[in-house]
Amino acid sequence: MKIIYFSWLKEILEISEERVRPPSNIKNIDNLIKWLGTKSIKHKKIFLKSKNIRCAINHKIANKSSKIKNNDEIAFFPPFTGG
Amino acid sequence: MIKVQKQKINISEQNKKLFKKKVGAVVNFIGIARPKNKSGNIKYIEIEHYPGMTEKKIKEVEIFATRKWSLNKCIIIHRYGKIIPGENIVYIGTASKHRKNAFKACEFIINYLKVNAPFWKMEKQKNKKIYVKSKERDEIKI
Repeated sequence: MKIIYFSWLKEILEISEERVRPPSNIKNIDNLIKWLGTKSIKHKKIFLKSKNIRCAINHKIANKSSKIKNNDEIAFFPPFTGG
Repeated sequence: MIKVQKQKINISEQNKKLFKKKVGAVVNFIGIARPKNKSGNIKYIEIEHYPGMTEKKIKEVEIFATRKWSLNKCIIIHRYGKIIPGENIVYIGTASKHRKNAFKACEFIINYLKVNAPFWKMEKQKNKKIYVKSKERDEIKI
């Protein structure tokens, strides 16, 4: 599973993407956030302490109950500020 | 037509594409990088986007607006990368038979891009950088 980070998330983590293999009980975005939050102190700062994170699965906006699969590209980011 | 690009947008070149037969009105929205905000002067802004998803979201609204307001043509261009104050950031050009539809479509498109297109702004000031906060509006469904 490919995880991509944008904006200040990328800066805190010091990586723009990573490949992960979550255990089989990680079935949706909510599970994934909790699991990623245990990876490092930086991940914890983002996933367990920041409330304002959005995500997309394969370029489509997702929510916490959205189901995930092993070959998904999942992006995490703050709310958009273009225009 | 949609485009996501690094270089400055040539406004008159784009508008020429909209001035066609049967067109009675052309409306533009041009977003410009501001020189300062509440916390100080801005040296430049840096816009990041999500390649692939960005183009999909812009194309989505181009198709929707063209159909809904019967546009003769619609052009949406958004920049990314380093942008200095005074430079353009985004260009929207809508052409229709009558002004009402061109105005409505143009306003809808910029509101849609603000909350649906995956762009993030960072402002570089003298000794700090600030990630611009969203106004927290909900996604616009089409």
